[in-house]
Amino acid sequence: MSSYTQKKGFGAAVWDYITTVDHKKLAVMYLLAGTLFFAIAGFEALLMRIQLMKPNNDFVSAGFFNELLTMHGTTMLFLAATPLLFAFMNMLVPLQIGARDVAFPFLNSLGFWLFFLGAVFLHLSFFMGGAPDAGWTSYASLSLYSPGHGIDFYVLGLQISGAGTLISGLNFIVTIITMRAPGMTFMRMPLFTWTALVSSALILFAFPPLTIGLLMMLFDRMFGGNFFDHTMGGNTVIWEHLFWIFGHPEVYILVLPAFGLFSEIIPAFSRKRLFGYSSMVFATILIGFLGFMVWAHHMFTVGLGPTANAIFAVATMAIAVPTGMKVFNWILTIWGGSIKVTTPMLYALGFIPSFVAGGVTGVMQASAPLDYQLHDSYFIVAHFHYVIVGGIVTALFGSAHFYWPIFFNRMLNETLGKITFWVFFIGFHLTFFLQHFLGLMGMPRRVFTYMEGQGWDQFNYISTIGALMMGVGVILMVINCLMSIKGKPAGRDPWGDGRTLEWSIPQPIPFYNFRQTPLVRGLDPWWIEKQEGNKEVTFAEPLGDIHMPNNSAIPFVISLGMFIAAFGALYNPDADKPWSIYVLIIGLAITFGAMIARSVKDDHGFHLHKEEILEIEEHLYGKGGNK
Amino acid sequence: MSSHDTPIVAKSQAQYEYDRHHNAVHMRKQVINFAIMIFFTFIAFAVVAADFSKYLIMPFVLLLAGVQVVLQLYSFMHLEDKKTHFGGVIGFFMWMGILIAFTFFLAFLTIIWW
Repeated sequence: MSSYTQKKGFGAAVWDYITTVDHKKLAVMYLLAGTLFFAIAGFEALLMRIQLMKPNNDFVSAGFFNELLTMHGTTMLFLAATPLLFAFMNMLVPLQIGARDVAFPFLNSLGFWLFFLGAVFLHLSFFMGGAPDAGWTSYASLSLYSPGHGIDFYVLGLQISGAGTLISGLNFIVTIITMRAPGMTFMRMPLFTWTALVSSALILFAFPPLTIGLLMMLFDRMFGGNFFDHTMGGNTVIWEHLFWIFGHPEVYILVLPAFGLFSEIIPAFSRKRLFGYSSMVFATILIGFLGFMVWAHHMFTVGLGPTANAIFAVATMAIAVPTGMKVFNWILTIWGGSIKVTTPMLYALGFIPSFVAGGVTGVMQASAPLDYQLHDSYFIVAHFHYVIVGGIVTALFGSAHFYWPIFFNRMLNETLGKITFWVFFIGFHLTFFLQHFLGLMGMPRRVFTYMEGQGWDQFNYISTIGALMMGVGVILMVINCLMSIKGKPAGRDPWGDGRTLEWSIPQPIPFYNFRQTPLVRGLDPWWIEKQEGNKEVTFAEPLGDIHMPNNSAIPFVISLGMFIAAFGALYNPDADKPWSIYVLIIGLAITFGAMIARSVKDDHGFHLHKEEILEIEEHLYGKGGNK
Repeated sequence: MSSHDTPIVAKSQAQYEYDRHHNAVHMRKQVINFAIMIFFTFIAFAVVAADFSKYLIMPFVLLLAGVQVVLQLYSFMHLEDKKTHFGGVIGFFMWMGILIAFTFFLAFLTIIWW
């Protein structure tokens, strides 16, 4: 019996997950970490909605409300939506392109640990003197004057987790460009892989401006720099530009993979190939490019002048064209299909009108004169929650149902899934639809309470009821996930309608993914093989030795060093904490020591031999089975 | 990575010596460029510290920055390797990055004021 087929003890399993470089295990870790932060940020949202349930409420204090709204936004975007989408990208991209792992498995692990420890660092702020309280945008005119260490936690935590995101983004770009199986041309790639590629390219170009902005903020707060201090010749608007140069592409970084997930679900359950595949690819690239040309539409009221406002208004409206192409393509994919309304399909059907509503209000705000009315009101809150919940969260829930068998070889319960969908979907529209009107009635965003008699009371009350329903929906979803542990193995292609390569792999997926590299003969390769009556995909090579990467604890150690160093940097400006400089030095020494260890010792990975492969497959699928 | 039975092919002595020489030349180039970049950074700080006229410091530091960008792209990001795979994709990414960065540059020059 080889070591691959032995059962592991608990400690060995934990060690295995800490040191793993397997994209499938890292995907599960991203999924768990993302769900944890999603739950935390959702809980913060509930506390805010309870506070706003009635006028003059004193459920939470004004200061704590600011911390809640800041952490809700920051966590949801950086630490919940991003890792949850990375979970799907990590799991699916190598499987969809017929690769055995990502291009740089070591960096994949490093990206996860940097993200996770950065996120933990940011959340420790709640227990260490107060969370950041200047909003997720952390505008310099607020954040420079925020007392305590809240903003420092924001700057350092995002710097660390942002480095992790950048590393992962680069990794996906290289993987998709260089690791495609024979026959998998660019124009045969599944649309989710395409959106993952474009989204990673956006990460590559968008995160450096954020890094620069955070670095300048760090200098201003810790070393007395004056980049953003107008009394010292700086300019607070520079932060806004740097933040939104990052921040607007960030929205597309999140929503493009969500589009990609729906572009997989809709053809599968319409039992039709995706309508207008090449126009979908073109639209994805165009959205990605235009996403960089519109950041100043967040700053119309700053006073950029009519010329700049007009340019950015027109550029923003232009994005509606490729997005509209996508919506029509989805509708035309469904049109005339043999439709199965499963839970993932239900989420897709709910997504289209919800997202279109969010898009339409977006075009409204793109018109600069109207934006002067809507700016900083609840209309904005309603708009971006329609985009993010209606677009991204429905994608995450729907594809959790769709891809659960790929992740865990189990199915989620369909009945409970449909109940969850309706509870969540109705709760979502109750919460946010009325907020459009609250905004038009003049309710400003980010206020911790309001006076009665302004006509806002009833809508706020209903909105809170909706938020509680969304909370119930999420709990039902988690129960469904936990129930699946007891479920029966799902097996290969359990929906029966899988089209792309990930469904062609026998379950459970062996750690090397493909025993033999598949030969891709067209778009939707698994569908083509099934149409021709084949039980397996065509292979591009005979069975032979497989080269695989070694596990490594170094990514965890590098990230841990950064985590420790961040505490030193955080407390360094305090006069009463002279030890902080030593913490900083020790942390950086750990990080650089681990990096040197990695550089000096060559790690060539190992070869899995033919006999071992056969033994593993026999262990997984039984004697002679699935040969 | 191919999964065929991995063949072990011994290098000929000539091939070994050629590779060794090639690697040594490449390494020397990298180290020299790295030293130049550190030196340029030092000069940039020194010029500011020496408190020269603003009209000397600004163009001088920008010039050094321009040279560093070229060194970075050609030496460390291997733009000089014309034979590489996916040269077209790399070129596309490069020009896209340059176009996007130029937009930011233009915006910072035109719509930010004091």
